[in-house]
Amino acid sequence: MEERLKKILACYEGKTIELIPILQQVQNELGYLPEQAMREVAKFVAVPDSKVYAVATFYEQFRFTPMGKNKITVCRGTACHVRGAERILEEIENKLDIKEGETTKDLSYTLKTAACIGCCALAPCVMVNDDVKAKLTTKNVDTLFVKETQNEIQ
Amino acid sequence: MKFSEIKKRAEAEWNELIQSKMPKIFIGAATCGRSAGALAVKQTFEEEIKKRGIDAKIVEVGCFGPCYTEPLVNILKSDGTNIFYKNVDSKIASELVEKYILGNDPLAHYALGTVGDKKVPGIQDLMGTPFFKSQARELFHNTGIIDPTNINHYIAQNGYSGLAAALKMKQTDVIEEVKISGLRGRGGGGFPAGRKWEAGLAAKGDEKYIVCNADEGDPGAFMDRCTLESDPHAVLEGMAIAGYSIGAAKGYVYVRAEYPLAVIRFNNAIKQAHEMGFLGDNIMGTGFKFDIECFLGAGAFVCGESTALTLSIEGNRGMPKASPRPRTTEEGLFNKPTVLNNVKTFAYVPQIITRGGAWFASIGTKDSKGTAVFALTGKVNNCGLIEVPMGIALREIIFDIGGGICDGRQFKAVQTGGPSGGCLPASFLDTPVDYDSLKAAGSMMGSGGMVILDETTCMVDIARYFLDFTQKESCGQCTLCRVGTMQMLNILQDITKGKGKPGDIELLVEMGEAINKGSLCGLGQSAANPVLTTIKYFREEYEAHINDKACPALACKNLISYLIDKDKCKGCTICAKACPVEAITGEKKQVHILDQDKCIRCGMCFEKCPKKFSAVECVPGRIN
Repeated sequence: MEERLKKILACYEGKTIELIPILQQVQNELGYLPEQAMREVAKFVAVPDSKVYAVATFYEQFRFTPMGKNKITVCRGTACHVRGAERILEEIENKLDIKEGETTKDLSYTLKTAACIGCCALAPCVMVNDDVKAKLTTKNVDTLFVKETQNEIQ
Repeated sequence: MKFSEIKKRAEAEWNELIQSKMPKIFIGAATCGRSAGALAVKQTFEEEIKKRGIDAKIVEVGCFGPCYTEPLVNILKSDGTNIFYKNVDSKIASELVEKYILGNDPLAHYALGTVGDKKVPGIQDLMGTPFFKSQARELFHNTGIIDPTNINHYIAQNGYSGLAAALKMKQTDVIEEVKISGLRGRGGGGFPAGRKWEAGLAAKGDEKYIVCNADEGDPGAFMDRCTLESDPHAVLEGMAIAGYSIGAAKGYVYVRAEYPLAVIRFNNAIKQAHEMGFLGDNIMGTGFKFDIECFLGAGAFVCGESTALTLSIEGNRGMPKASPRPRTTEEGLFNKPTVLNNVKTFAYVPQIITRGGAWFASIGTKDSKGTAVFALTGKVNNCGLIEVPMGIALREIIFDIGGGICDGRQFKAVQTGGPSGGCLPASFLDTPVDYDSLKAAGSMMGSGGMVILDETTCMVDIARYFLDFTQKESCGQCTLCRVGTMQMLNILQDITKGKGKPGDIELLVEMGEAINKGSLCGLGQSAANPVLTTIKYFREEYEAHINDKACPALACKNLISYLIDKDKCKGCTICAKACPVEAITGEKKQVHILDQDKCIRCGMCFEKCPKKFSAVECVPGRIN
């Protein structure tokens, strides 16, 4: 981790304005924000540890536990809501046997929700990693899961 | 190189593309097109063309608006015939190459319409269809037409001519033109842009900033995403003009991290503008210095509020500043004078300069000038991104452009302004769409989300939904917003679960009004609006939930029942097999019985009962 962190920090000057972009990049690289990494970032931008923790906990994007290999994000926008997003979420929760915000034991999936992913005309939608899957029904949620990836992990 | 030469070269490139002998295939590939499968369609076109050795050009464009037709592809032939094809998949793409590009059969049954003078028998004129007829595509004049990754396409459509013209004008004259236009902030507040810029120019300080708010967080809104993805240079040019007019050298675009494609497209636009000399140290040889940087939001709705947004860029928690405080134009980003506007506000500016403020002011109503952009979604037939003149009636948007309500159901309400707005019932359908009329009706223009609700949408549930959203997004600094929304949410949850008590409605109104009065920022001050407007216009639904323990819209699981009609049930056993809790019993070819005590009201029996029998029905209230 230390090597990768050093590499990231080398791209920045250490200004406070860089705090959020640095945390974003650390999370992109490591999958989450380990405590040690946050302490290093605090040292680097010369702010107290508490400031980094305060900022990181304020924003929805940051995580403090490892992520699953695949991220499923269920959109809870208004358009998706009126077209059955709650039931899609329930169905996925049942299929993966985890609740919103959790990660499967084998670290293959993390289930999240988003306020709106902006594809309202194709509601209800779910994002699998960076791909948007449109017009879902409770019957076709199976199509969201990538079989190969599961095998790889097992 | 002089701007006139750059423009001539760009026009030559565009004309060469449009006038070339080979057929041109334009594929709508903004996020919405991509999620509908546009990239797979593009790949099919590429493979088919290569396989058959055809000389054709494939261009990825942005979003043209009618999202319900995605993936949308238009094929422009050398004789000027320009046909738009809807819901294109790989199979249709192959067929189009074989029969229309190679042969000459336009495959009218796949077509959405034609654009331009060349008509094709059997295919309607697209701009004459109800979806487009009442629209005024001014902000969207480029979207879905040009390649957003090619700066020359933008320049050829008169792009950067506004910046070139502005740089020859006095700063005050640029601002005067924006004032004449009557442009009001498109983020929802509706503050006159010209007056904001004037204050920005008057503010003392050697360092000033331009900030573009692209933290589009309202659920049900995607106008800003589409603008950034489909015409990023318009936003960039508008920001540069604003920068010149107030004397700023630096601009930031605060974009949601959930919009990866918009970020890529905008960063690409910044790079190209630098190469052309439209950003940098000596813009168009005038000595004007301006640069733009993209800042990725980290997922906090409240950062759409201006003071929270600037705090977030500075690397802080995005918590709105307390008032009274100096205006952002005096003390904004890094405590320096800052002009902060929405994506669309900036994107209108280039055309206001090239076509004149009076042109913009000629569209719309007395106090709301220009066009309004809406993301029209929900239970409406034609979902999409639309641009209409201000003052158009809600009815025209929903029933003409939107094509009415899905599945022949009844209209119930229209929700605008996202979690800060309200729900208006059918009696308001003739309300003109402008800042002041919508506000007077108890809703708001907002940044442009318009969600249509039908008879199957429960108004208590929709109020609960929005409050759940604001409750989670409250930054927590004002007690009334933090605690009040939580208490209101608890009451609403109780009501939707059948635990509502007499007096709940009055308590909700009292708390809602208190939260709106006692919060610091726009989020808190409008948090209760969805609850207050639904109580105002749909009180009887709340009463049915509380007094009759019934959900008239059949949406709240705890307040409905499923019944098996003994005259219609043929004993096919499909429902019994589908029931996850074994609440349905009955032998084959015998009428089935549903045990109400065991039933969890999941609706599986209702969904599974074959259409020809339709023996399962859903009724409001609980039957024991």
